[in-house]
Amino acid sequence: MSPEKLAYMANQIGRFFATQTRADVVDGIADHLVKFWDPRMRATLLAHLDDPAITLDPPVRAAAQRLRAAPPA
Amino acid sequence: MGLIQEIDYGTPAVGSDQSVTLTIDGAPVTVPAGTSVMRAAMEAGIKVPKLCATDMLNSFGSCRLCLVEIEGRNGTPASCTTPVAPGMVVRTTTDRIRKLRRGVMELYISDHPLDCLTCSANGDCELQDAAGEVGLREVRYGYEGANHLDAPTDGSNPYFQFEASKCIVCSRCVRACEEVQGTFALTIEGRGFASKVAAGMDEPFLTSECVSCGACVQACPTATLIEKSVVEMGQPEHSVVTTCAYCGVGCNFKAEMRGDTVVRMVPWKDGKANHGHSCVKGRFAWGYATHPDRILKPMLREKITDPWREVSWEEAIGHVARQFKRLQAEHGKGAVGVITSSRCTNEETYLVQKLARAAFGNNNTDTCARVCHSPTGYGLKTTFGTSAGTQDFDSVEQADVVMVIGANPTDGHPVFASRLKKRLREGAKLIVIDPRRIDLVRTPHVEAAYHLPLRPGSNVAVLTAMAHVIVTEGLVDEAFVRARCEADAFADWAAFVAEPRNSPEAMEAISGVPAAAVRGAARLYATGGNAAIYYGLGVTEHSQGSTTVMAIANLAMATGNIGRPGVGVNPLRGQNNVQGSCDMGSFPHELPGYRHVADASVRAIYEAEWGVPLDPEPGLRIPNMLDAAVHGTFRGLYVQGEDIVQSDPDTQHVTAGLAAMECVVVHDLFLNETANYAHVFLPGATFLEKDGTFINAERRINLVRRVMAPRAGMADWEVTQAISNAMGFSMDYTHPSQIMDEIARTTPTFAGVSFARLAQESLQWPCNDAAPHGTPIMHEAGFVRGKGNFVITEYLATDEKPGPRFPLLLTTGRILSQYNVGAQTRRTANVVWHAEDLLEIHPHDAEQRGVRDGDWIRLASRAGETTLRARVTERVAPGVVYTTFHHPMTQANVVTTDFSDWATNCPEYKVTAVQVSPSNGPSAWQDRYQAQSAAARRIETVPAK
Repeated sequence: MSPEKLAYMANQIGRFFATQTRADVVDGIADHLVKFWDPRMRATLLAHLDDPAITLDPPVRAAAQRLRAAPPA
Repeated sequence: MGLIQEIDYGTPAVGSDQSVTLTIDGAPVTVPAGTSVMRAAMEAGIKVPKLCATDMLNSFGSCRLCLVEIEGRNGTPASCTTPVAPGMVVRTTTDRIRKLRRGVMELYISDHPLDCLTCSANGDCELQDAAGEVGLREVRYGYEGANHLDAPTDGSNPYFQFEASKCIVCSRCVRACEEVQGTFALTIEGRGFASKVAAGMDEPFLTSECVSCGACVQACPTATLIEKSVVEMGQPEHSVVTTCAYCGVGCNFKAEMRGDTVVRMVPWKDGKANHGHSCVKGRFAWGYATHPDRILKPMLREKITDPWREVSWEEAIGHVARQFKRLQAEHGKGAVGVITSSRCTNEETYLVQKLARAAFGNNNTDTCARVCHSPTGYGLKTTFGTSAGTQDFDSVEQADVVMVIGANPTDGHPVFASRLKKRLREGAKLIVIDPRRIDLVRTPHVEAAYHLPLRPGSNVAVLTAMAHVIVTEGLVDEAFVRARCEADAFADWAAFVAEPRNSPEAMEAISGVPAAAVRGAARLYATGGNAAIYYGLGVTEHSQGSTTVMAIANLAMATGNIGRPGVGVNPLRGQNNVQGSCDMGSFPHELPGYRHVADASVRAIYEAEWGVPLDPEPGLRIPNMLDAAVHGTFRGLYVQGEDIVQSDPDTQHVTAGLAAMECVVVHDLFLNETANYAHVFLPGATFLEKDGTFINAERRINLVRRVMAPRAGMADWEVTQAISNAMGFSMDYTHPSQIMDEIARTTPTFAGVSFARLAQESLQWPCNDAAPHGTPIMHEAGFVRGKGNFVITEYLATDEKPGPRFPLLLTTGRILSQYNVGAQTRRTANVVWHAEDLLEIHPHDAEQRGVRDGDWIRLASRAGETTLRARVTERVAPGVVYTTFHHPMTQANVVTTDFSDWATNCPEYKVTAVQVSPSNGPSAWQDRYQAQSAAARRIETVPAK
């Protein structure tokens, strides 16, 4: 799957959670990716985190890094 | 099994707490106050002869046949217009009355053809019945005088005829059009003896405002307005109550049959969603079931460029199983998946998702609700706790304010629209939020108090601005919020919406809606009494679709408009079983009943029931499946009853995904557009050919009953079961009721549901020990999630923006006579009303481009281009164009993009930046597609042995 498209979708998710004042933004993004994304989508995104062509908003990158560091059980 | 004869009580039922006891023909009768004498008599089993009265319509008192005598009163009042009174003593049959009735009948019959034996209504004619009831034996006036026997027959409508010579001018048709349908297309023209029924300005029915709902035909007591199918086939001999397979209203019909041939579909008065009304699709457009385009044999081919080869069911099923197993062995268990259908039954949908989860061992199941109401699922679950409309349709009768957002009920949900219009004629106020001036904005005897013609893509801006008004002007129902909602969430939300940047004045630049109108609409919604919201795909099919649903829920909670009749949040579901297909666990992240696959306790229920371990990770959604196919990780797809090539956005991306797969299995009635990319075709069964249930937009579980054998030999659930068995996962149901029993065993909200119960009682889920008779209104005592959750709804502009190359915004939708991709309705006479998709364009935009009404135009976006003809109209605002997606050769979705809702990937159909220019003919894509489509539909001819 296209990492660029996945990054776009992740940023969309991030922009919603960035507006939510009552929850941690990074938690919200990570939780959404775990609940709604097929593992291969997450894996593709995480595999391209260091690709300079992939632009992620800071909280989205933080959420992705957290998932890469500690994948959901 | 015979013909179901519904009792006609003559006048409508009256709802009253007071009861009245009177005596009719010596027997005491107790009825609600306000009931007519005619109805009271019928409730006591006494049929008063009548012609102009029927219980679908208010009493009229014109035929003078239902006269009765009432002790202590002069004359012989009409029983239909006389209300009961305490102690009233009524006689329905006396010598005087008999004489009067015979005299009236003589007058009627003196101007009526005496061709009963050859009349198409023979055996189903109220005039004939009434003549018998009054004992008519002669017509003293003869038949030589002036009459209407030469009046011409209007056969312009494809489904019914108007045989004027048989008209008794009882006005039932005119009143049905007004009171039931609310179109006001018919009238009585002329006076006295010259009075006659006329459509529109005395024009053919086809060209008049008539919407062919059939209410007039149903109301007609003679053969004057009658279905052409009855004229052709004769009277039906038995009937079966079933549920319409179009739209989410879920109308119940009597399928009236001769043998296994449908003679007509008649709306059932006891249908809880439609109460005896219908629209042109459900009433008349069922002929696709026997259309010659039906494919009745399974077919295979190696490559999509090969012609189809007819094979046995065994060969086809075996091939599917071998291919899917091979793909999983070679590419992993996640390499295959399914798409369930919102046109199929709950039982069929349940089995398809079960096939994915239990036989494939993955969660790659999705449904067409992905591209329509998936944001409803996310939004309502987040705010209220479950994905469901909160009301029953009857609730609209108690609404004082109705806000319609991004929906066009008169076209998309016509039977509900008729009920809504009736309430609006009674005085309820209407707010319409829609870029187009939909019919509801101004229609006979209905005018919206506010129409907010917002710029496509700005729903969140408008709804948040309305919330700003409600909060800053002190219109919040504080008691409700305090008692029912999370306090912290409300406080944060209230502070957010109160910010000046969210005011109507600030948002006007984004939405294009004058601030004063937003303020007025917000005040009306908050203070006008019971306020109900009905919304459609104009809400969900946006990059902020889920946010918009939550903004709607916020408004309802803030104003206390939730949890009682007359209020609520009501998603109008597009297809017949969108609600059910979602309820049945079609989404890749949820098991039936909206329970996440990661929940081990829920998985344990199904693991015990099915005997296999289940995947705890969500699967692929439809757009993700197509992306994964292009990238080689998804290789096989079973599509039941959907046509994603035509219905899903960015057609060229969809076809690229399908073309990249090794085994695409299409299970459908026809060789649809998706079948052009399929390797296996499995013939499907129509709703007439199987048993099951559909769930409508009010969560009502309606029985679908088989009236004819599956034409291809197997109902759809049997096909899915056969695939599963061939894959090695055993299914051994012998009737769909057993599937519902399994659903009830495993899904708490369906625990009290069974086919046997549904045959006795109409049920809306949740139906369980806590709600044994179902739940017409949700969240009455508390929200499903406990406390209502306010969510901040920041407006974020879509990335699909108009610019110099694509300066207009395209939005898409549907039209009354056609349904979704048109696979069914294009194969009926409904094409007379909509033979092609048209592009609506404002006169200003048309003039700038040199486009005249009817011209061919090129419609182009970043995704692709197509051509179609223009309709120049002020229905759309300058800068906005609109079209439908019913015809494959227009293929509006060639133009739509793959932008989608942030939470659910629901496509952003409602906002596409486009350019319109004059055109000489089809686009290069259309030429290519037509050639490819013709080649892909070839069926190999087997030489006779």
